[in-house]
Amino acid sequence: MESINTNKEYQKYVDKKSPNSPIFKDCFNAFWVGGLICVIGQIIYDYFIFRGFPQDLTSTIVSISLIFISAFLTAINVFNKIGKFAGAGSLIPITGFANSIISPAMEYKSEGYVMGVGAKMFTVAGPVLVYGISTSVIVGLVYLLFNTQAIMLV
Amino acid sequence: MKKIGNQTFKLDNPVTILETASIVGKKEADGPLAKYFDVCLEDEFFGEKTWEKAESKMIKTSIETVLKKSKVPVSSIDFLFAGDLLNQCISSSFGIRDFEIPFLGIFGACSTFVEGLLLGSLLLDGGAGNYGIAATSSHFCSAEKQFRFPLELGNQRPPTSQWTVTGSAAAVLAKDGLGPYITHLTPGKIVDKGIKDANNMGSAMAPAAISTIITHLKDTGRSPTYYDAIITGDLGHIGKGIVLELSKAEGYQLNSVYNDCGVLMFDKDKQDTHSGGSGCACCGTVFSGYFYNQLKQKKIKRMLLVATGALMNSTSSQQGESIPGIAHAVSIEL
Repeated sequence: MESINTNKEYQKYVDKKSPNSPIFKDCFNAFWVGGLICVIGQIIYDYFIFRGFPQDLTSTIVSISLIFISAFLTAINVFNKIGKFAGAGSLIPITGFANSIISPAMEYKSEGYVMGVGAKMFTVAGPVLVYGISTSVIVGLVYLLFNTQAIMLV
Repeated sequence: MKKIGNQTFKLDNPVTILETASIVGKKEADGPLAKYFDVCLEDEFFGEKTWEKAESKMIKTSIETVLKKSKVPVSSIDFLFAGDLLNQCISSSFGIRDFEIPFLGIFGACSTFVEGLLLGSLLLDGGAGNYGIAATSSHFCSAEKQFRFPLELGNQRPPTSQWTVTGSAAAVLAKDGLGPYITHLTPGKIVDKGIKDANNMGSAMAPAAISTIITHLKDTGRSPTYYDAIITGDLGHIGKGIVLELSKAEGYQLNSVYNDCGVLMFDKDKQDTHSGGSGCACCGTVFSGYFYNQLKQKKIKRMLLVATGALMNSTSSQQGESIPGIAHAVSIEL
């Protein structure tokens, strides 16, 4: 075995010794669970369209329904098991966003409704909101600058 | 007491570990060592409203249990060393506040239990009383809350991560007794090899364990086979592999005697604990439950208990600091 003296050599050695995440299994599970969540959304969508709801209202209903299902599954200690299995598959759709807000709300309830639930609710989702909204503002500005039709409207 | 070699203290009057007690959560009770623990909890809340309260109650219960088992009255206990992982060691101070025992709070992360045994032995050897207690606790849920993410968050744990043991351990040390005796103490130096991944604690702490073990063997002039068991606290499967390989590279063959409490605590394949157990209670409960029993039955006659700790917190991790590791060793002999 080669000698390990510097921190760099040790880091290299540790990287070699540490097992990697099973990336193909993780991707496969993320793919089909993520797809399944979208299928569920589509079923809800088709159902409400079939019942004669307008398209924009139906889109909102789909989001609300998936958020509710995710929040409910989080509260009954099921979503974390789905998340452990599916990873990004359940994290990327709106279900993951709901889970990231409900789970700290549950966790920090013991510190009260103001400094616990209220203050800590967005500890996980906060960065997503900050950078998501910031990005959309920047994209909006770019759109405004380069789209002549938009400028005409302004 | 006298100092031998670089870092080791040899006690003039070896201190007896009079009795131990251990209490563990449900997952630990499903593991291979279940029958050795005094109390196994069914419920991670332990009848309380918060995990922090549950953890305090665990350390209180383990101290009550060890007092009962040892038949030493509370009033005869001269001092108590305890610590845990929660900010400002609240599990210990809240769990202990009703006992009326002189209390010295300590923090050594997951090395706390052995740090307590070590300090307690020094006091008793120096003649500061007749009985002392060393105690510690950790709780999977409160540790996750403080160091990682909310429990219900649907994320994945990397294969290098370890599972914080829910439990508490306490040991009564006595100035006079019939053993098992604590004979040598080797407090560790901080070793930081630059590992930054908080999901790979075993690798971060392994160099500290190697340093303490080799220093202890050099200081005492003992070979690894002098011991029936050299046991580290919570390096897990990855850390254990590193200790074996790197100590071999330095000329110390530990294979036949070495193991790790984090490896012993859980069944890796059935319990989905990845690299193994961790936390203050890992070393504490596995020693107090399993190894103390083996010492009492004389199946193990000499052991070196080396508890390992990662001296970081979530702020230092977020600021990109590496993880300083530490390992304290006590030599326990019949």
